[in-house]
Amino acid sequence: MDLNSKVPSGPIEKKWEKHRFDMKLVNPSNKRKYKIIVVGTGLAGGAAAASLGQLGYEVEAFCYQDSARRAHSIAAQGGINAAKNYQNDGDSVFRLFYDTVKGGDFRSREANVYRLAEVSNGIIDQCVALGVPFAREYSGYLANRSFGGAQVSRTFYARGQTGQQLLLGAYAALSREVALGSVKMFPRHEMLELVVIDGHAKGIVVRDMVTGTISSHVADTVILATGGYSNVFYLSTNAKGCNTTAIWRAHRKGALFANPCYTQIHPTCIPVAGEHQSKLTLMSESLRNDGRVWVPKKAGDQRKPWEIPEDDRDYYLERIYPSYGNLAPRDVSSRAAKRMCDEGRGVGPGGRGVYLDLFDAMDRLGRDVIAARYGNLFEMYERITGEDPWKWPMRIYPAVHYTMGGLWVDYNLMSNLDGLHVLGEANFSDHGANRLGASALMQGLADGYFVIPYTIADYLTKVKPGSRPSVDHPAFKEAEREVEARTKKLLSIGGTKTVDEFHKELGQVMWEYVGMGRNEAGLKTALQKIPQIRERFWKEVRVPGSGADLNQELEKAGRVADFLEMGELLAYDALMRDESCGAHFREEHQTPDGEALRNDEKYAYVAAWEYKGEGKSPELHKEPLEFENVHLAQRSYK
Amino acid sequence: MKLTLKIWRQESPEDKGRLVSYEMDGVAEDTSFLELLDILNQRLIKKGEHPVTFDHDCREGICGSCGFMISGIAHGPQKLTTTCQLFMRQFKDGDTIVAEPFRSRAFPVIKDLVVDRSALDKIVQAGGFISARTGSGPDGNAIPISKEKADRSMDAAACIGCGACVAACPNGSAMLFTAAKISHLGLLPQGQPERKQRALRMVAKMQELGFGACSNHGECEAVCPKGISIDFIARLNRDYMVASALETVEPVKKV
Repeated sequence: MDLNSKVPSGPIEKKWEKHRFDMKLVNPSNKRKYKIIVVGTGLAGGAAAASLGQLGYEVEAFCYQDSARRAHSIAAQGGINAAKNYQNDGDSVFRLFYDTVKGGDFRSREANVYRLAEVSNGIIDQCVALGVPFAREYSGYLANRSFGGAQVSRTFYARGQTGQQLLLGAYAALSREVALGSVKMFPRHEMLELVVIDGHAKGIVVRDMVTGTISSHVADTVILATGGYSNVFYLSTNAKGCNTTAIWRAHRKGALFANPCYTQIHPTCIPVAGEHQSKLTLMSESLRNDGRVWVPKKAGDQRKPWEIPEDDRDYYLERIYPSYGNLAPRDVSSRAAKRMCDEGRGVGPGGRGVYLDLFDAMDRLGRDVIAARYGNLFEMYERITGEDPWKWPMRIYPAVHYTMGGLWVDYNLMSNLDGLHVLGEANFSDHGANRLGASALMQGLADGYFVIPYTIADYLTKVKPGSRPSVDHPAFKEAEREVEARTKKLLSIGGTKTVDEFHKELGQVMWEYVGMGRNEAGLKTALQKIPQIRERFWKEVRVPGSGADLNQELEKAGRVADFLEMGELLAYDALMRDESCGAHFREEHQTPDGEALRNDEKYAYVAAWEYKGEGKSPELHKEPLEFENVHLAQRSYK
Repeated sequence: MKLTLKIWRQESPEDKGRLVSYEMDGVAEDTSFLELLDILNQRLIKKGEHPVTFDHDCREGICGSCGFMISGIAHGPQKLTTTCQLFMRQFKDGDTIVAEPFRSRAFPVIKDLVVDRSALDKIVQAGGFISARTGSGPDGNAIPISKEKADRSMDAAACIGCGACVAACPNGSAMLFTAAKISHLGLLPQGQPERKQRALRMVAKMQELGFGACSNHGECEAVCPKGISIDFIARLNRDYMVASALETVEPVKKV
């Protein structure tokens, strides 16, 4: 297979500008003749649907939530990066580019990352224009905060609700297009199949989650902006509904899945409390700006935190990484926490937690400053754990948070399947093996506002206006039949175990063997266990109710069925990648002090997997990564 | 803990619906309300019964999906808290808890605790936006905005669109929701050009959709999980009065 990344020629600073000129345009009067489907209405999908509607295309947008405003981008707390250099602290487009490539442990495509950094400033301008109430300084100018993995302050924020405010901006723009009739909105609709005709993506099959009606939607091109697959681990910081179904269905239809093993573990989440736990809650990483992370020096120290004198505490991030200290990148901090717990120095129930306290900062800055910065996070922590962070150190532990892998796309954000575009977390493109904080919001909006409106026009110039098929095309009928058969099958098994039981079982295997630390034996165990769980799922699951109304168990069952396939590919990729890089940590490959050890000679490539059918091994395709602008080096945050 | 749950069960919009009692035993106090329903649902499925349907997604209090009446109070007894963030330590051993859907003419019940809140989207579509085309904004620092104004705007923008304000209001009014959006945008310089039409359009749409009028009860503010102040309703009223004296409502236009 030809994996052509279509990166334009020329110096990296000129590539996007040159490409924008080289791409063809769609005549304004022809735009309304093209129909575009957008699945997912988070930052990437919402921004894309709104922008394409404004341009005059006919857009149909779909989301599983009851309103486009509820997509999981809304939960991002910390902020959004941009290379504005308003702080006069040495930032630049090149530095943001450099930090992102380095943060991703040299496993991302340079040209894409450079473009991301380049359009980052326009995103801030656009969001301000839409009325996003970013934090301001007393001058009235925009405020910034610092974030993990960077030594400049380039993060724009709206209290601890940046994702919410950016999403409400995109949602407002989208709502205007809905009012004007340029976008037709389909909430409570779930995409269950991609329809490919003669190699071109031409539509989708969806289920109306309220009535159960299964229907086809035709378009000239399809955009998937359906987020990541962290919920393959069952417990993650993702919303309960986040799923892999849209991209997995596309993968089964031929779209390559790139780097599935790059899954990010966020270092500062509230630890698991018990069996009934349904999801994990993230505490903004911004806590690390003023907080200090520590564990007792002695293993098995049972004293209460305040009984442990300073000399018996190990502020391990400050000790191991003196120059970045508590602001070491996410993957590095998460693994350090795990190592401390593995050494028996973890705290709280089950010994799976480390302390994070802000007592030093309270003394230094005063309680008022801390309350203004972190008051809402303290309240959230107390609400969930019943412990007061003003008195007790908080307990934190890493949790699955974001997936860098996703469908393979070229520079134009089109997958290898002609006409299938993939944006945001659903694609693999910009974060390499590890994403830096405040970069997910940047990428989602970059893809939606400033990349896809250009590249999709170039694609559509190759499609004859009015040439799209009708819903009566046999391919659509066939896809509808498949979806109906699958729904019927799930409802008819009538076993004894619930969907959640299977999901939890899968999650335990994924966390145990394909989680923060991975090794050959463990991955092979996972590859044995996952197909067994999948087989039992299709024999023993019980899905109550019918397919003809709102049936949340049926929705979950379809998603878990796909996770049971996707999880296997994730483990397969992790086994193949016999090196450590970024968030992918193979225990066989580490430096003497436990850092990720890359193998650039053998693995400096994107692993793009092709689906070969049920029960068959996927086929690996490689896109070599070349670094012409960033010097490949061992990452160091010491 | 031992608890009795009385949950509203309604199979479809046409079904009359009824309260059904469930006994819950051995409930850990660090269980969230939605996790309690998860536990109940696992039990019901195993017994061959239909699980309770309820909207939920992020389970961290920000997406606005969840929410129902808990013993008569939208989102339950704890202030500034969504249903998903309500933990059982807020209840006592032996308590009986009644869970019913948000009730309002504009929010028809779909099933069990799930209601149709799409009317809130329609209010936003009527005018809850700034018509800035992608790429058209000037530099983010070109328009300084005082910290005070930006903070006040953010106070209003924090609304999660859960609909608790509507459910709590004896008139079924969406004034707090609408006022939050009008204030968020109206406090910012970028929101000025469309400020009058925004107020006229959103209020007209609200009335058209069957939401009631505001009679200053204040229940909305009391249950709002994000603490949106009813002062914003006064702001909406001012904007609306000024606008109706000067302009008549016009439909949203392309250019």
